[in-house]
Amino acid sequence: MNDMRLTERATQMHDTKIAARGVDVFYGDTHAIKSVDVEIADKTVTAFIGPSGCGKSTFLRCINRMNDTIPIARVEGEILIDGEDIHDPRVDPVQLRAKVGMVFQKPNPFPKSIYDNVAYGPRIHGLSRNKADLDVIVEDALRKAALWDEVKDRLAAPGTGLSGGQQQRLCIARAVATGPEILLMDEPCSALDPIATDQVENLIHELRRNFSVVIVTHSMSQASRVSQRTAYFHLGELVEFGDTGDIFTNPRDQRTENYITGRIG
Amino acid sequence: MARNLPPRPKVADMPLIWILAILALLGGVAYWLARRRAMSSGGGDARVLHSLPNYYGVHGALLALAPALLILALWLLTQPMLLYRSVAADIPLLTISAFGTVDLVMSDVRRVAEGLDVAVGAGLLTSQQMTSAGPTEIEAALDEIGVALGSQLTPPVLDAARDYRGADAVLRWGMIAVVVAAALIGGAIAVYRTDRDFRARNIVERSILVLLAAAATVAILTTLGIVLSMLFETMNFFSQYPAHEFFFGTTWSPSFSGRGGLSELGIIPLLWGTLYISLIALLVAVPIGLFAAIYLSEYAGPKLRSFAKPLIEVLAGIPTIVYGLFALITVGPMLRDVIAQPLGLGNSASSVMTAGLVMGIMLIPFVSSLSDDIINAVPQAMRDGSLGLGSTQSETIRRVVIPAALPGIVGAILLAASRAIGETMIVVLGAGAAARLDLNPFEAMTTVTVKIVSQLTGDTDFASPETLVAFALGLTLFVITLGLNVLALYIVRTYREQYE
Repeated sequence: MNDMRLTERATQMHDTKIAARGVDVFYGDTHAIKSVDVEIADKTVTAFIGPSGCGKSTFLRCINRMNDTIPIARVEGEILIDGEDIHDPRVDPVQLRAKVGMVFQKPNPFPKSIYDNVAYGPRIHGLSRNKADLDVIVEDALRKAALWDEVKDRLAAPGTGLSGGQQQRLCIARAVATGPEILLMDEPCSALDPIATDQVENLIHELRRNFSVVIVTHSMSQASRVSQRTAYFHLGELVEFGDTGDIFTNPRDQRTENYITGRIG
Repeated sequence: MARNLPPRPKVADMPLIWILAILALLGGVAYWLARRRAMSSGGGDARVLHSLPNYYGVHGALLALAPALLILALWLLTQPMLLYRSVAADIPLLTISAFGTVDLVMSDVRRVAEGLDVAVGAGLLTSQQMTSAGPTEIEAALDEIGVALGSQLTPPVLDAARDYRGADAVLRWGMIAVVVAAALIGGAIAVYRTDRDFRARNIVERSILVLLAAAATVAILTTLGIVLSMLFETMNFFSQYPAHEFFFGTTWSPSFSGRGGLSELGIIPLLWGTLYISLIALLVAVPIGLFAAIYLSEYAGPKLRSFAKPLIEVLAGIPTIVYGLFALITVGPMLRDVIAQPLGLGNSASSVMTAGLVMGIMLIPFVSSLSDDIINAVPQAMRDGSLGLGSTQSETIRRVVIPAALPGIVGAILLAASRAIGETMIVVLGAGAAARLDLNPFEAMTTVTVKIVSQLTGDTDFASPETLVAFALGLTLFVITLGLNVLALYIVRTYREQYE
């Protein structure tokens, strides 16, 4: 773990964007998340790592209330975004999800054209006044997702016809186009080859300028490459949370050390 | 002559069960022997055999049974023909002229032969009398057991009946001998071939393939046969009635009294009625069925779904004649009293609207069940993606799920349309049987299928255009529904892989 980039890491802290206090999640009788407290900073990449089934994806899905779509899931505790409780009855989960974009494990472009995929969110939320406006939003999102140069000549082609890496960047562009403040990424590179993974990781670096990014990953080297803060989950508990450099070089908890040194996981 | 083949005599039915029993026994023995031989050639260790021991057994049974059963089937098909020919050839011409035709003589001959069997079986006649007794004696015996003859029993007929019995018995025994021999030879070959390196599994696999391919062939050949028979009759029809008048004629008035010349057989009013009723049916079935499917697959919980889906599918199990009664007794009069009469649109209880509405109800489960399956097949990742962008559930359904499922939904609708076009009972009872070209949906009209039925019911003569037109109608309908099905398949194939 002597990646040179660890030392170059910018560790100056921004304001807290997401604050979770005592979050418990139940799937039916299963207690998936146990009393998690975490504070995620703005304009920072935060990585959630941990063995499979440790609850990191579940916790990620709490942040934009995607767990609401699973009938047996029950979330308790408080999650604040910019100091506002997302479970407050006045908060519309639909608006929340516009503000908190999500990129999934497997690229899931809609069976529509590349343009329509990116324009989907802006259209839903009425973000453009006219076609020219929408064109600008789409181009901007595709540029942010580092996909514009590859697809600018075939915006009408189906999004499903792109390669896996391009599809995932299309999904990122789709999420970015809605103008979110937070971007949640659930193992965004697990279905991609190393080259596409590298492209997406570079993209995450770029995205940090504008968004607070939370990424769930199974790859510890990816976490160390892209994130400034790392949270280690184990069996539904948040074991350790701190600067990525600290977590990987000087873990405080024995379980974290076992995991990052490859003894469990 | 070949048109009216004599049925297989009843007296010979009993042994068939015994033959099958013997074959089953032989098959079992062959199974056991082949399996045992395989095991002993492997020294009692199944692991050194090429195939599992049971494959050797099945191979043995297969070789014993398959050829024997094939011979049996062919024999049973050809024996009545052979019997008929051989006996009929010996009947004197005089007798034939007395009866009129050979067929009539032969039906008496068969009846006497069967009667003789019953009489011998009941002990009324000894086998001695059987061969020597005269016609009067035999007739008395037949009378007693209740066999009525077309005319008085004459010596030639009695002789022919005796011949018939004799030949039948010989053929029957011959069949048993040949079939059993085939089974024995087959079984013996199988057992002889069996040893540890013999590839029994491959042969069993191959024979399963043959069985499945044969089933598929039967289905295809049947379709082909139906189409060809319709095609020939249709060509026959067009040789008697001009095709352009059939396809473009706007009047349907077949005449049965004044054969030929007076009938007007234009398909347009019937096609119009068919399409009009189908259109109304689809206007009812598609929205209701689709919305029900969306509700069940996207909103309803698993409990409600597991309860409501079969309930909707019950609609598909109701016989169409019951829907027809519903149309006749409830919907028709109601539409007339509530809508048609107050608005001055007619006073007929049977109307296009009645049939269309009721047919639409019948089609709801077709649309909803198929669409439900298709909507469920849309990956959850699509919905997550859309919901994750902040769209509501109905926006997700409208903009992502339905477009992704569209090819399948279109396929479901076209299948429902095929059903609607082919439906008969609901139309007869709901819309009547009057061919009419009209825009008013509260008028009685009728469809192609209803007219096919009415042209073929009653005393029919398969030579007049009035009857043959049914085949032309049927073929037209077949082409239309085939076209719809091909279109449905094409749409589904073209867009199927969109979300993969």
